[in-house]
Amino acid sequence: MDCMTMTPTKPLSELPLAALQFAQQKPFVLQSTEREADMTTDSVSSRSPAPVEVTSVGRIRMQTSDLNVHYGDTQALHDISLEIPENQVTALIGPSGCGKSTYLRCLNRMNDVIDSCRVEGSVKLDDADIYGPEVDVVELRARIGMVFQKPNPFPKSIYDNVAYGPRIHGLADSREELDSIVMESLEQARLFDEVKDRLQAPGTSLSGGQQQRLCIARAIAVKPEIILMDEPCSALDPIATSGIEALIDDLKDAYTIVMVTHSMQQAARVSQRTAYFHMGQLVETGSTDKVFSDPRDPRTRDYISGRIG
Amino acid sequence: MVAALFTGSLVAILVTVGIVLSLVFETFRFLQIVPLTEFLFNPQWSPQTAIRTDQVGASGVFGAIPLITGTLLISAIALAVAAPIGLFSAIYLAEYANSKTRAVVKPTLELLAGIPTVVYGFFAVLIIAPLLRDGGAWAGLSVSSESALAAGLVMGIMTIPFVSSTADDALIAVPLSLKEGALALGSTRSEAIRQIIIPAALPGITGGLLLAASRAIGETMIVVMAAGLAANLTLNPLEAVTTVTVQIVTLLTGDQEFDSAKTLAAFALGLLLFIVTLILNVIAQHIVKKYREQYD
Repeated sequence: MDCMTMTPTKPLSELPLAALQFAQQKPFVLQSTEREADMTTDSVSSRSPAPVEVTSVGRIRMQTSDLNVHYGDTQALHDISLEIPENQVTALIGPSGCGKSTYLRCLNRMNDVIDSCRVEGSVKLDDADIYGPEVDVVELRARIGMVFQKPNPFPKSIYDNVAYGPRIHGLADSREELDSIVMESLEQARLFDEVKDRLQAPGTSLSGGQQQRLCIARAIAVKPEIILMDEPCSALDPIATSGIEALIDDLKDAYTIVMVTHSMQQAARVSQRTAYFHMGQLVETGSTDKVFSDPRDPRTRDYISGRIG
Repeated sequence: MVAALFTGSLVAILVTVGIVLSLVFETFRFLQIVPLTEFLFNPQWSPQTAIRTDQVGASGVFGAIPLITGTLLISAIALAVAAPIGLFSAIYLAEYANSKTRAVVKPTLELLAGIPTVVYGFFAVLIIAPLLRDGGAWAGLSVSSESALAAGLVMGIMTIPFVSSTADDALIAVPLSLKEGALALGSTRSEAIRQIIIPAALPGITGGLLLAASRAIGETMIVVMAAGLAANLTLNPLEAVTTVTVQIVTLLTGDQEFDSAKTLAAFALGLLLFIVTLILNVIAQHIVKKYREQYD
């Protein structure tokens, strides 16, 4: 079995050393059937109410320790240590340029695309460092999906947009199987009813909110375990935004979600955990209720009360 | 000041209109001597009219088909060279090269467009043509010392920057968000390029290919020097062929009477060439414009 099922819902420190080492050696190779099986067991096992303290959050899926990121000579992130709990929405908030998007893009190694970007420290998915030399970044990104700020459907049909991921990863053996993956993904993204009669229409012909749900369906189709969302509603109107927020709330039962948002109201509405970033530093993290009702740090208090940002 | 600027643009427009009109009028005169059907459909081109009207062969034959075939043959060879090389280098530059390599390679490639065509011409005649002839002799083929292949290959090298530069621009113009979207789904770089970026840039790339084609069709100097004068109706790239542009040059160089069919034929050929390249350019610009709108 793979490293995920090896890891019980216990903090890292309590794991036997041998198990840890085994998990670290194990490369990211996952069959889709195993993945589905894991997903169902995971979603059952972690239905605990969001606790207040970091130590009792439930199973930690991702963990960064002392993460430093530089773009050329500019340091964008300073010593970020943060844990991402399973089947919850973790919101990253903070003023523009605070590094929250940079942090998000470290989690699926999207920063690899940028030449001048240098990442130091450790980012772990379960117990394996995703920046390790044996990690296949393609496999990693199949496990950690991403939805972007601006809807970016491919210039292809609605069907082909969703089918793109399953096709490149060979998730479907037949046309029927691919069809059903596409349907399910569109349904999960709450888009199916609106597009079922025009699956061959270009993805770009949809409205902004529909396009973003298409992008979510496209990400879901690969059957990821974690979905990263980079301000998924910032290009949308309020009605489309509330649609996406409801969808995110649905999705957290099956996926672990990390969401960057500049809207505090949105963080308060959809997330269970909140991390406040300020000038490249992680100022405060905790349950969303706690961070919003009783922030420890004066900078968080200022931001939340609308005095800055 | 404004008047001067206006005059400047007016002169350019008037000259263009003048050129087109002269082409049209002279072509009209030509068509009074040689029927349009002969010009377009006769498979023989032999404009060498006798000096005195009572000599044999007093009237030439003006069928443009061998010239058009020769032009298309050479252009096809040129594109067969320029399209893959240009596209590969564009994809490399746009997607793989780091900014330092790019800063060196791109201007160097574009330098190819700045080399005078006459230099390409003697490169074709003095180096490529003998090479092909000797190589052909070694392989047991008879390669004419002036061949469509020699001219086409060199013209292909000349048009590489037209393809690579436009394709590079088109690839760069594909929004980063599309590329990131593909990568975020777990595409490899090559999958993202082949399945998302190139299809998205395809209209721009096509536009570049059409521009290169119209450049190749209108190219004169290389073919004058390397392709030959014989109006053979052939698709064999190892033989000498001639092109529309070469014939215009030969018809109009030297002392000419300005009312003979021979001289007037040059105008008809010129008009034909103008129409073909105009159509190609219009299509190319239309495609490029359409794809720009898609992202802006």
